[in-house]
Amino acid sequence: MPQIEIDVNGAHHSVPVEPRLLLVHLLRDKLELTGTHVGCDTSSCGACTVLLNGESVKSCTMFAVQADGSAVITIEGIGASDALHPMQEAFWKMHGLQCGYCTPGMIVSAVDLLRRNPDPSDDEIRAGIEGNLCRCTGYENIIRAVRSAAAALRNDESRHSVAELLPVGGSN
Amino acid sequence: MIPTKFEYAKPSSLDEAFALLAEHGPDAKLLAGGHSLIPMMKLRLAEPEMLIDLAGIPGLTGITVRDGRVSIGAMTKHATLAASEELRQHAPVLFEAANALGDPQVRNRGTIGGALANGDPGCDYAAVMLALDATFTVAGKGGTREEAASSFMVGMFETTLSPEEVLVGVSFAAAPASAYVKYAHPASGYPLVGAAVVLSMNGDAISEARVGVTGVGDHAFRAGSVEKALAGVRPSDRTALEGACAGSAAGVDVRSEPAAGAGYRSAMCDVYVSRAVLAATRG
Amino acid sequence: MAFTTMVGAKIKRREDPRLITGRATYVDDVHLVGGLHAAFVRSPYAHAKIVSVDFKEAKAKPGVFAAYSAADLKAAGFEGSMPTAAELPGLQKPMHPPLALNEARFVGEAVAIVIANDPYAARDAAEAVVVTYEELPVVIDMEKAAEGGPFVHSEIGTNVAYEMPMKLGEVDEAFANADLVVKQRIVNQRVVPCPMEVRTMLANWEPGPAQLTLWASTQIPHLLRTNVAMMLGLNETKVRVIAPEVGGGFGAKLQFYAEEFLVCWAAMQLGRPVKYIETRSECFQNMTHGRDQVQYVELAAKKDGTVLGLRMKIFSNLGAYNYMLTPAIATFTPMMAPGCYKIPALESHLIGVFTNTVATDAYRGAGRPEATFLIERMMDLLAAELQMDPVDVRRKNFIAESEFPYPIVTGLTYDSGNYEASLAKVLEVSDYAGLRAKQAELRKEGRYLGIGLSTYVEVCGMGPSAAMPAPGWDSATIRVEPTGSVTVMTGVSPHGQGQETTFAQIVADDLGVPIDSINIIHGDTDKVQYGVGTFGSRGTAVGGAALKLAIRTIQEKAIKIAAHQWEANPDDLEYKDGKITVKGDPSKSLTTAEAGFIAFRGINLPAGLEPGLDATRRFEPPNFVYPFGAHICVVEVDARTGEVKIVKYVAVDDCGPIINPLIVEGQIHGGLAQGIAQALFEEAVYDESGQLTSGSFMDYAIPHAEQLLSFETDHTATPTDVNPLGIKGVGEAGTIGSTPAVVNAVMDALAPFGVKHIDMPLRPEKLWAAMQPKKNGQVHA
Repeated sequence: MPQIEIDVNGAHHSVPVEPRLLLVHLLRDKLELTGTHVGCDTSSCGACTVLLNGESVKSCTMFAVQADGSAVITIEGIGASDALHPMQEAFWKMHGLQCGYCTPGMIVSAVDLLRRNPDPSDDEIRAGIEGNLCRCTGYENIIRAVRSAAAALRNDESRHSVAELLPVGGSN
Repeated sequence: MIPTKFEYAKPSSLDEAFALLAEHGPDAKLLAGGHSLIPMMKLRLAEPEMLIDLAGIPGLTGITVRDGRVSIGAMTKHATLAASEELRQHAPVLFEAANALGDPQVRNRGTIGGALANGDPGCDYAAVMLALDATFTVAGKGGTREEAASSFMVGMFETTLSPEEVLVGVSFAAAPASAYVKYAHPASGYPLVGAAVVLSMNGDAISEARVGVTGVGDHAFRAGSVEKALAGVRPSDRTALEGACAGSAAGVDVRSEPAAGAGYRSAMCDVYVSRAVLAATRG
Repeated sequence: MAFTTMVGAKIKRREDPRLITGRATYVDDVHLVGGLHAAFVRSPYAHAKIVSVDFKEAKAKPGVFAAYSAADLKAAGFEGSMPTAAELPGLQKPMHPPLALNEARFVGEAVAIVIANDPYAARDAAEAVVVTYEELPVVIDMEKAAEGGPFVHSEIGTNVAYEMPMKLGEVDEAFANADLVVKQRIVNQRVVPCPMEVRTMLANWEPGPAQLTLWASTQIPHLLRTNVAMMLGLNETKVRVIAPEVGGGFGAKLQFYAEEFLVCWAAMQLGRPVKYIETRSECFQNMTHGRDQVQYVELAAKKDGTVLGLRMKIFSNLGAYNYMLTPAIATFTPMMAPGCYKIPALESHLIGVFTNTVATDAYRGAGRPEATFLIERMMDLLAAELQMDPVDVRRKNFIAESEFPYPIVTGLTYDSGNYEASLAKVLEVSDYAGLRAKQAELRKEGRYLGIGLSTYVEVCGMGPSAAMPAPGWDSATIRVEPTGSVTVMTGVSPHGQGQETTFAQIVADDLGVPIDSINIIHGDTDKVQYGVGTFGSRGTAVGGAALKLAIRTIQEKAIKIAAHQWEANPDDLEYKDGKITVKGDPSKSLTTAEAGFIAFRGINLPAGLEPGLDATRRFEPPNFVYPFGAHICVVEVDARTGEVKIVKYVAVDDCGPIINPLIVEGQIHGGLAQGIAQALFEEAVYDESGQLTSGSFMDYAIPHAEQLLSFETDHTATPTDVNPLGIKGVGEAGTIGSTPAVVNAVMDALAPFGVKHIDMPLRPEKLWAAMQPKKNGQVHA
């Protein structure tokens, strides 16, 4: 069984994995990071979105072996309840979630969107989260949340940049 | 959701990859970004016994523009193409297709080579490559060969790539007057119609047009009759433009599915081709 | 500190910190020592005889613990049927075995369960099970099925599960006296609920205490417990159901699924925890679907637009089996067909039909969206026929504010309403007159703007027990703890609706305790007194009403305690600003916490008063509640492609007084998205052989962010006297109101082409085809 080296939320793991093990199952079942969810089997819904070397990916559409040598950030690494990321704050404040199932993936995607585009228009936000499905909110408050987080992040660039989320040496 | 078991190898050179391909024959599959293959494996519609990951092979990524020619490594991600200022300038048709393909997460993993080698009838790039009259570079044990995009695509999930070859890159002449427009399936985002147009202009009239269409037939095709009819047309003359784009899918066995029947799809092909022509002239 | 009112304020949800940090616990996040995993073998045929099931190869696979077919269940002594709660006169109740017995009747029906030590091994083993089938004739079309064979259940010799005729008022006279009769066949297509969390379940049998625990993604933990206990023949006190975090339900988790029974049964067989997490593909095939009616409608009216009567023949596609509420859902449709209008006569013939498809059951609105769509389309068709403005036709027939409570012809009594107020508001907010002017202008340019109106009323707050297939009451317990913290246990089971916040708001205000000291507990049958659950927009309208009753009981006791301390008469005391004071004398006060401590300590209590400050109350609703509203949708249809762009959507809804505007607005947004999606995108399609061709998110279009727009929402607030909060439900209103608004808008856009009605979903191809020049060369104006 191949052994992989992987940094997850800043912690290094050396894990043997069956080649067919999906990254999402490594995170959820072996590393017990259950904040990343599975919502479909066709790479459509984005509930499993994590940052891989700083970029959003669907962890259900990657084998864990492909992440060998990579740095992964899951929702747990975006911010904890005593140190929320501005995106998490914004989802809370703007009521950008109901059942919460899509929320971790949605937040991770939104963080990646702001990395590429710190001041997106509403249309750009809609395009930026097109890889994530939500059945509860009609997206209205998600759009408001991302807009609000973008403003907060622009006003305080010292905090919570994506680079800060990455463990040292995790960026490529 | 759970693929069948397979062995995994990550060669660090093309030669290693060829050796593995030779050893495992048809049981082996090449893995690029995995965004066509892995979903198929999860649904057990693909069950390779050996997966050869190309991610460890150096030299297969990047965009180079030299002497009016654009070269792109097969392992270049959609996201890289979608953010490339050079592409936006030299081949907006490809830049737009990269941005229209999938979603941000898919673009962050999927590669141009993987998408093209898969031969999916809904591959956005396939139309683009035809319109650009691109050349594909294919490596095999005995060396590399070049093949025109037009002969590479043969049928549904069928290309001329042999099981022992690797698509390593594509190249094409810069095409600043070009555009890709797409009528996306409401669920999958795949093109019901994807129209790629590359124009040469003589003043405000078209001197030469190349039109690639994807999503309509069992593989992408050049709309030859439309290309001929477009010569000399001033796109500002909408009647002439629409007339020239009529019958863009003539002679093609047009696919039918719940989201778009064959008749409708053919009609939309005309509409989207004409929209692509207009978009290509916006310059 | 000044007393701040929580009710009515935009309080951030207390549920959210765990959800936004990935720390919430959904069923699949529960890991038990020694846990096993199930996978199912499912029928690839819509109707087939099961000749044999061979587990030999599967059982030889590594990690496999067990595999069972219906024959194994039988051998172990189980021969039961999955239950249905619906009771209708003459209802056919064919056997519904948890694993297909002898015959499989829809694609995806479970034929065998395989259990292994991890999900990968379980899947591999399930693939290795060899089932031999013999295909049987398939029936998919509900109208054909109603006519005769082939039969889904040959033993009952008919596909008609029930018929519900009704004839109310002077229908024949109404039609005889009508100036015109508008007729339309309307298809309300089958849709798939698609909560983002699929069906998930984990069962654990502890042989020591002989206790079964089922973690399930459900809307009804207690009803599920009762049903599991009955099916397994267990003492109900030996079964505990936990609904942890639930990732959406939309009615489809108001259910007892065969898989839930089977993981429990298997866990008991093996003495090990058994988990089953279905795939999305399985979810598409097996989670109950919604809607699916064919309606033949006739509306009789006078020339001035006055509606005289309504006639309907309605087919409801039940699927292959009666699930929990399958036959009952469509019965709401004729009952609510009169909508906001005074319709004195109504005739309906409802026919429930079995087909070789998965069962339909509750889906956001459940029977009422079909009613609203029916009447709102008919009102627009009438307006078109009479060349009246759709606004005027509605106004002509509205029940007036002064007429409530208003008994409609079907026997329901609308509690309260002001339809004119919500209509006036939506017309004003949307600038209806301006929109019509703009529409006329754009038509001259060959651009097709459409303006669609929907004025809806719906029935929810399910409901009076006598009118329900299950109990209609719900429950709440409040405990004031010794330190003054307050524990609330609610019998409803929120899964996104935010009652951990809204219920705390109510308690904070009424008992004067800080919101952070209130804990709302739900979804665990070992912690919470029996409750009925969250569905039918009842969470707050019924569960919140029970909470309000419990608050009153707590207040009464606390007042008695305070009166005793002050040697006062309890009648002279009151709760004011969250404290007990003497009426008219604010100098003396006692907090709920202080009263609670006295009650805990057990001294200084009035003679005969028990220690402790807690209460359990149940609310039995005397009636349903009837929220209403008016929506305007504006679309532009691309004449070259038929593509629809919604350019404006204004929703004015009335669910009575609002406890938390953030949450109410969120419910409306989500409802709008689902209603709009039914109008434009969503359709579950079975082909003639019974294969579900829209069985994944690659084929079935639930909306992406890019396919929707920013909604404008507003409200009016008309209280009800049905419950002590004065509120109505809001969970389904957005869905119910929006679908007809969108379709009416698109039909309005296509009016210049002579188009009157196109069935949903309004796929561009259908619109494009309708806009093609007519064969006789006629050009549309």
